Amino acid sequence: MTDISLDTLTTSAARPRRDIGIKKRYAAERRFRLYGVLAIAVGLAFLGVMLTSIISKGYTAFWQTTVTLAINFDEKVIDPSNKRATDPNVLITANYPKLAEAALIEKLGIDPNDKAEVRKLKGFLSDSSRVQLRAIVAADPSVIGTTRNVDILAAANMDSAFKGQIDLEVPESRRKVSDQQVEWMNKLKAEGVMAEHFNTGLFSYGASSRPETSGVGVALIGSFYMMVIVLLLALPIGVAASIYLEEFAKKSRFTDLIEVNINNLAAVPSIVFGLLGLAVFINFLGLPRSASFVGGLVLTLMTLPTIIIATRAALAAVPPSIRSAALGLGASKMQMVFQHILPLAAPGILTGTIIGLARALGETAPLLLIGMVAFVADYPKTPFDPATALPVQIYMWANEAERAFVERMSGAIIILLIFLMAMNIVAIVLRRRFERRW
Amino acid sequence: MNIMTEKSLDDAVNAEMNARSNEIIKMRGDKVTVHYGDKQALFGVDLDVRQNQVTALIGPSGCGKSTFLRCLNRMNDTIDSASVGGKITLDNEDIYDPKIDVVELRARVGMVFQKPNPFPKSIYENVAYGPRIHGLAKNKAELDIIVEKSLQKAALWNEAKDRLNEPGTGLSGGQQQRLCIARAIAVSPEVILMDEPCSALDPIATAKVEELIDELRENYTIVIVTHSMQQAARVSQRTAMFHLGYLVEEGATDKMFTNPDDKRTQDYITGRFG
Amino acid sequence: MSFLLVFAIVLAIGLAAFVAGRQRARAQDDGTVKPHSRAHYHGWWAFLTGVVPAVLFLAAWDIGASAYLNSHIHSALPADVADGTVAQEDLAAGLVKSLASGLRKLDSQTLSALPSSFAELQPMLAAKGVALAPDTQDYMIPIATEANRVSDRLGMISAVVSVGLALIGVGFGLRGISPRARARNNVEKVMLWSLLGASTLAILTTIGIVLSMLFQTIAFFEKVPLSNFFFGTVWDPRFAAAGAGASEGQFGLIPLLAGTLYIAFVALLVAVPIGLMSAVYMSEYAAPKVRAVVKPALELLAGIPTIVYGIFALVTLGPFLRDISAALTGGTPFIQAQSILTAGLVMGVMLIPVVSSLSDDIITAVPRAMRDGSLGLGATRSETIKRVILPAALPGIVGAILLTASRAIGETMIVVLAAGVAANLTLNPFEAMTTITVKIVNQLTGDLEFNTPQTLVAFALGITLFALTLVMNIVALYIVRKYREQYE
Ligand SMILES: Nc1ncnc2c1ncn2[C@@H]1O[C@H](COP(=O)(O)OP(=O)(O)OP(=O)(O)O)[C@@H](O)[C@H]1O
Ligand SMILES: [Mg+2]
Repeated sequence: MTDISLDTLTTSAARPRRDIGIKKRYAAERRFRLYGVLAIAVGLAFLGVMLTSIISKGYTAFWQTTVTLAINFDEKVIDPSNKRATDPNVLITANYPKLAEAALIEKLGIDPNDKAEVRKLKGFLSDSSRVQLRAIVAADPSVIGTTRNVDILAAANMDSAFKGQIDLEVPESRRKVSDQQVEWMNKLKAEGVMAEHFNTGLFSYGASSRPETSGVGVALIGSFYMMVIVLLLALPIGVAASIYLEEFAKKSRFTDLIEVNINNLAAVPSIVFGLLGLAVFINFLGLPRSASFVGGLVLTLMTLPTIIIATRAALAAVPPSIRSAALGLGASKMQMVFQHILPLAAPGILTGTIIGLARALGETAPLLLIGMVAFVADYPKTPFDPATALPVQIYMWANEAERAFVERMSGAIIILLIFLMAMNIVAIVLRRRFERRW
Repeated sequence: MNIMTEKSLDDAVNAEMNARSNEIIKMRGDKVTVHYGDKQALFGVDLDVRQNQVTALIGPSGCGKSTFLRCLNRMNDTIDSASVGGKITLDNEDIYDPKIDVVELRARVGMVFQKPNPFPKSIYENVAYGPRIHGLAKNKAELDIIVEKSLQKAALWNEAKDRLNEPGTGLSGGQQQRLCIARAIAVSPEVILMDEPCSALDPIATAKVEELIDELRENYTIVIVTHSMQQAARVSQRTAMFHLGYLVEEGATDKMFTNPDDKRTQDYITGRFG
Repeated sequence: MSFLLVFAIVLAIGLAAFVAGRQRARAQDDGTVKPHSRAHYHGWWAFLTGVVPAVLFLAAWDIGASAYLNSHIHSALPADVADGTVAQEDLAAGLVKSLASGLRKLDSQTLSALPSSFAELQPMLAAKGVALAPDTQDYMIPIATEANRVSDRLGMISAVVSVGLALIGVGFGLRGISPRARARNNVEKVMLWSLLGASTLAILTTIGIVLSMLFQTIAFFEKVPLSNFFFGTVWDPRFAAAGAGASEGQFGLIPLLAGTLYIAFVALLVAVPIGLMSAVYMSEYAAPKVRAVVKPALELLAGIPTIVYGIFALVTLGPFLRDISAALTGGTPFIQAQSILTAGLVMGVMLIPVVSSLSDDIITAVPRAMRDGSLGLGATRSETIKRVILPAALPGIVGAILLTASRAIGETMIVVLAAGVAANLTLNPFEAMTTITVKIVNQLTGDLEFNTPQTLVAFALGITLFALTLVMNIVALYIVRKYREQYE
């Protein structure tokens, strides 16, 4: 194969090695690598600590202590002068908590005339029994005079005590529940009367001054309205804008200006959008304050740049060959875009939209300025009614001192994070699934 | 140069040895195979690289020339999917031996790439980069000398001496490629690998680089990949012809170009190849 | 007739036009002439000629009508109310409006014999589920009735005109149908204009931001001198005394700006090294398997809303640092629960994924040839990164850091919860300082009283913030763009 046979050749001898400081350099290499690992570890550790801290504070919010009591709907308490047939107000203003208290007194076997003992019961049951029992009576007035088993919510402090969150070693005078209350609690617990249940109220209640009857239900509706508005407005507008910029616009000063604008808007502090909403939508256009409609508009403006940037990337990723193929068959440019390019770019657009929506869902600051930080106890019926949003509800609870509110707040954060996580995972899966290598 | 550095001593020795024999094998590939993932790019290549000679690798596009070249200083390590089989020796030492350090190996087997890739730094810093990381100069004065010598050897000194602090990316393409050669020389490697070093250059710059390669042969062992038959004929002493991942034939350049053994080589060098 | 009803009618006319147009185009296609556009394009064109002018008119009329109605109500208010403060007048007008909308719930019989005192009217409205503010005055009842009448009349006109426009438009569209008519081009032209319109929304938003804040800011500077704001070192806005004119307050920007920058600086001190190192590790070292796990985890960190970080700082980290410092000195804590350190740390962590994803993009944009060139000379990986890749990426990284800094400056929820509200000027990172964003929130939550400097100052702060971040963003985007072009 070669002109000289291999045997006649000598191989070169190894030369003396130069010292190029290999040891030291590899030490530096290892150090550098370590910094990288450390940096990532710090980030992930913080994530871990934060999530653990929130979950450990908040998971108990998903349970709520109730006391099952045989409530005697005593006519003497509800309607002592028997005027309910003529005056509908009687049933509304009746002293329902008294019924619950009487039932508890009986259950515990306390002498109802022992004022001192009875007073110790104060703060055992939630005052929400008023609303609860009134609803029962309103639904079926014939219940008056009979006895029924009803699950009454324990007051927030008893709830905490029941969940073991109150340190009983602390002297009695410095804690929120008395020894007597604890004793009763243990008694009821042993009898199976007092127990924890899944806290459906957390998902249905609105704002309340009592932790045990406050929940994220109302806020969820507000957030839902806003997400629908953002989706309905930002997606079509964003896609339309991207199509124009990516497929139709010739590069000019004007498109440059739009481009700079979009990129800048993506980085404008979110609170500035709140100021815009306050000045333009509320002050100038006279839209109602605290309404999810305005919140939706503000979040739409905030989300648009994200969607536009993602959509343009998705459009740009569709190879030119598909464009020429469509145009070559005699399709108009509009047909090419809507029949060929857009379907191919759809997964990318969808991913960007979900990520934009997720960000909008967690956004708080601009909503504070348009008055969504409001004490809203009723479900908003339309997007124009006063409403609040999930993160804003969290913020409001953060300003409450009571520990039971911290529990609710952490529970609400868990709910928020679950929503966001689900959205992000859908986005990631979509991206993986439809990622196309052209 | 009146200062006798270790390197010039080296050069002298090299020249001596060169005079005595140009049939010493510097590197040897023994049944070298390369896979990129599932795709095999080289099939059992046996090829010797002789000391102080220019070995040209020729062959149609995609036949594995670059792949083989990159095996010689283990640049394939930087491609995740690449795996190398067989044996490659430098001075009779297996360079894929776990005991061998890549950094040390690459300091001995330097590389010049197809597209000039000066760092976005000054001309001086570009050349000083290698000596700095390997600690080849004890002080600034020594470093200055290395830079100057390297630029001189790369035939760039006259053009660059007044603009050493300007960015290397501001040079013309041909100058950039010579800068990259100077950068490789500054490390005083024993072997220099060049992957189509002239493909991005015009004829005049190409001539300069070719001239340079011929001069460098005195002190270094050179392996060059080229698509130009004329270039292979002009600069190399030995030529290896690759085809579809196989080494077709290897021999003295004169013979390869006048009287090749293999029909495929014949076809390729006469331009009758698909 | 309500806006929505008219809108629905117009849409229905449009849909009918679509069907008719398509039908007509199909009927005309007898195979002799090759039609220019397919039948449904003719349908769409008829739809558009009918709906677009009518809807545009309807929207414009509606906006004009509500403005007219507003001024109508204002002018009908009695002199003593109109002479009061703007706030009083607005309040009265608001009451009239809600009264007017309440009256709409009553049947015509009741309306014709409306009581003249609110006390009598209230139970009637309450029976229909309308709850009105108790300070609604008797004099408002006739104004509200009149307002309803005016708005009915305006609504009638708009309904007639829009429907008329729709019909004329449809007629025009349908008449134009012929085999060679370029219906597709027409439809596409309309589409193109709407695409263009959508893309200008970005510009409109920016203009909206600037203008809305500018007007309020100008109103603010009419009450408070410029120099007091920009060079004042004391922030003490006092409360807006209800109704009273501008109460004395001090609106010094300096302490807020200092706090903003200080906290952002601490945050960058945390975020830049960690974010940069993680990006380097992820792009240069991490095995694909590691990357597949860690990258989404870091993205998750980026997906957590800032309020969650803020609450973590408020509830966990702040008290923790305070207790640690108390334990160290054995008594009084030297770190306050709300402090620059706490806010900066948490914000820094929030920014880690921002820095790392921005710099990841930048680093991977450095061409492979650079890497190969260095590795081919025998450099180790870290040497290649430190001496070639990072220097080459430097401009881009500077841009990324600027963008991150702009995020830090505009961040709101973390500082609202973790930084404190006291406008101190201090260098001690263990103390509390406040920021521009915190004060914007403070001044604008709760009961608002527009036109007081206490409220207007929020817009002056907002425009300062906007200008600050705008400059940073534009410089950063410019740098990054130039950087990318260099390697394209
Ligand atoms: N990083 C890589 N990953 C996968 N396959 C590769 C890679 N690099 C090269 N190949 C494949 O290996 C084969 C040989 O490639 P190589 O680059 O060695 O060819 P070449 O002879 O240098 O060609 P050219 O003259 O065009 O440079 C080709 O088929 C190529 O597709
Ligand atoms: Mg090649």
